[in-house]
Amino acid sequence: MRSRSPLRPSWLQVAFTYVALGISAIVVLFPLYWVVVTSLKLPIEVFNGPFYLPFVDFQPSLHAWQYVFNVLGPDVKRAYLNTATVAFASAILTLFLGAFAAYGLTRFEYRPRVGAILSFLGCLALMGVLWVLGTPTGVAALMALGLFFLVLQTLGRRFRRSLGNQDVAFWMISNRILPPVVVVIPIYLLFQQLGLLDTRTALIISYTAVNLPIAVWLMRDYFMGVPQDVEESAQIDGASRYRIFFSIVLPLAAPGLVATFLLVLVFAWNEYLVALFLSKANAQTMPLLVSAMSGTRGTEWWYMSVVILIMILPVVVMAILLERYIERGLIVGAVKG
Amino acid sequence: MWTIRPQAPSDQRGRAERSLSAWLERKAGLVFLLPAVGVMLGFAIFPLLGSLYTSLIRLRFSGGQTELGFVGLANYRRLLVGSEQAHLLGRGGDASWMWAVLLFLALLLAWGLVRRYRRGQATGWSMAGGVLALTLAWLVLSRLVPGSLLGTLQTTLFYVFVGTALQYVLGLWLALLCAERLPGTRFFRVVFMLPLAITPVGIAYMFRMLTDTSKGPLQPIWAGLGLQGFSWVNDPWGARFAVLIGDTWQWTPFAFIVLLAALQSIPQEQVEAAAVDGATRWQTFRYVIFPYLLPASATLVLIRMIEGFKIVDLPNILTNGGPGTATESITLHAYFAWRTLDIGTAAALGFILLILVLLFSTVYARALLPRARGEA
Repeated sequence: MRSRSPLRPSWLQVAFTYVALGISAIVVLFPLYWVVVTSLKLPIEVFNGPFYLPFVDFQPSLHAWQYVFNVLGPDVKRAYLNTATVAFASAILTLFLGAFAAYGLTRFEYRPRVGAILSFLGCLALMGVLWVLGTPTGVAALMALGLFFLVLQTLGRRFRRSLGNQDVAFWMISNRILPPVVVVIPIYLLFQQLGLLDTRTALIISYTAVNLPIAVWLMRDYFMGVPQDVEESAQIDGASRYRIFFSIVLPLAAPGLVATFLLVLVFAWNEYLVALFLSKANAQTMPLLVSAMSGTRGTEWWYMSVVILIMILPVVVMAILLERYIERGLIVGAVKG
Repeated sequence: MWTIRPQAPSDQRGRAERSLSAWLERKAGLVFLLPAVGVMLGFAIFPLLGSLYTSLIRLRFSGGQTELGFVGLANYRRLLVGSEQAHLLGRGGDASWMWAVLLFLALLLAWGLVRRYRRGQATGWSMAGGVLALTLAWLVLSRLVPGSLLGTLQTTLFYVFVGTALQYVLGLWLALLCAERLPGTRFFRVVFMLPLAITPVGIAYMFRMLTDTSKGPLQPIWAGLGLQGFSWVNDPWGARFAVLIGDTWQWTPFAFIVLLAALQSIPQEQVEAAAVDGATRWQTFRYVIFPYLLPASATLVLIRMIEGFKIVDLPNILTNGGPGTATESITLHAYFAWRTLDIGTAAALGFILLILVLLFSTVYARALLPRARGEA
């Protein structure tokens, strides 16, 4: 005879589940705990082998915190401000551009003609050739632009085949496949020309470009779920498209906006490679500051731990408080992708 | 008179405004879409073309000046067959077991293809997938023979494939545990999501502390295993696994969250029916639960692999690409080239990586995704 109902797990199974979950939670939390503990240690306690429990194994001291806030203060503060400014500005920009495009993709019909795209690419190639041959950039761009409109008006109309919204959306998400390292060198050269190297502006623009595909994809999913009859009746009442967008659609999609914003903010906050290429001292972000800290006098783990903690604190707090939103963002990104 | 005068221009302005807003209304679709398209063109497509050009030039120093010289495909040639080949592709060895494994793989793939062909499912993409898989398998296996050397390509593939597999399995296991709806699982869900939010640079330093066998927190364990003083980061495979563990620690939660959501959307009656019918837990999982997870899994794996190809921060901080070039990913290789002002090579490496990712993701999306989603 069976000792248990097949539907209810036995206490052994429950116990096993909790033990497994507990071990996994320790694996996740222990590295964080170790950073916290290390930030409270004196150098000698770090070098003399592992000490685990404050007050039991060693006397915690705030010397590293004091040093970071007093001596390293200006550097850390600047990097922190840079990170926060860049992350928030680029997240807001990404959110708006992404929501705009996603709204367009779900409510309008686009029929980009294959001919137009081909002629655009052709003229782009021409511009490249002219530029390589030594024509000044401005002249080459103007010539290519002129030719593009000429071709568009004449030959472009011959090719009737057109693409749909699906194709536009797919093109946008496929930009995510681009490894940043491919595009970062020309972007470096571009910002060098514009004199924007090592500025927050350069970082904000680049992060926006990197994260835009995700934002479009997530927002598109939310807008598809927002009922359209309210919008239609507003349109009959004579409200403009923009009014509808800002005062009806955006409020209705607020959870989606929050999820997208958080996800993009976390990505921008943690970004490393683009910042590594584009900024040095002036626009140094926290990840760069942290990775530069170990160079000078070996790795001073106690200071390092403090800086790591203040770097990850905002994102971790956000992740805990707004876990549901981030979770939703990730799920939509993966399941509907 | 005085009352009319100020009105006339405002009336004109009103008309202009009206026609402007009418025009905006008519063009609303473009106004909504074009800013995003512009940003993507400006910072993804144009730079891509710029990068293509950059990969064809070389920076030369002559008499205290720098000049850019057009060198054609020389950068690619140097990387793929020339002096830099060992760095990118490694140096192959030859062993009979390698050919045996390859032959076995080829037969396996051929059998799968024939089976799909019989069912009328085989497409050109499946063929392409088989060829790609065999090529990659050869590139990796021939570098595992004693006396050979792994390049940055193999290291990247190691992070991508082994990392994704580990993350998927662990994430699935955790999701299955959390899906039991026991009290308190909400706490674990929050905890398991944390690593995702943490800056990879911070994670790299955390794991540098944890892998320290003499002063790190796990020292008693290492000492117990007789490994005290063993330095992970000085051993090629130890260093690679250190990076892999860090990456897995960070990205397992992603698989966990997605799979948990997929698990919770499974109709509960089916699972219960299977249990009532006397199916074992494994049978229930294999025949009832897993088919539901397949579509989400396929997408999840694709996304993780695409992101995995871009790995750079962990190996750079954790091991600085070393020992030697053992943990260098392609992106890191490109960054090191860039740092020595070899911008042509850096751009060429970026392009090679792009082609690799494109090839891989296209074949995956065409050959595997439709089947996993039940569309084929």
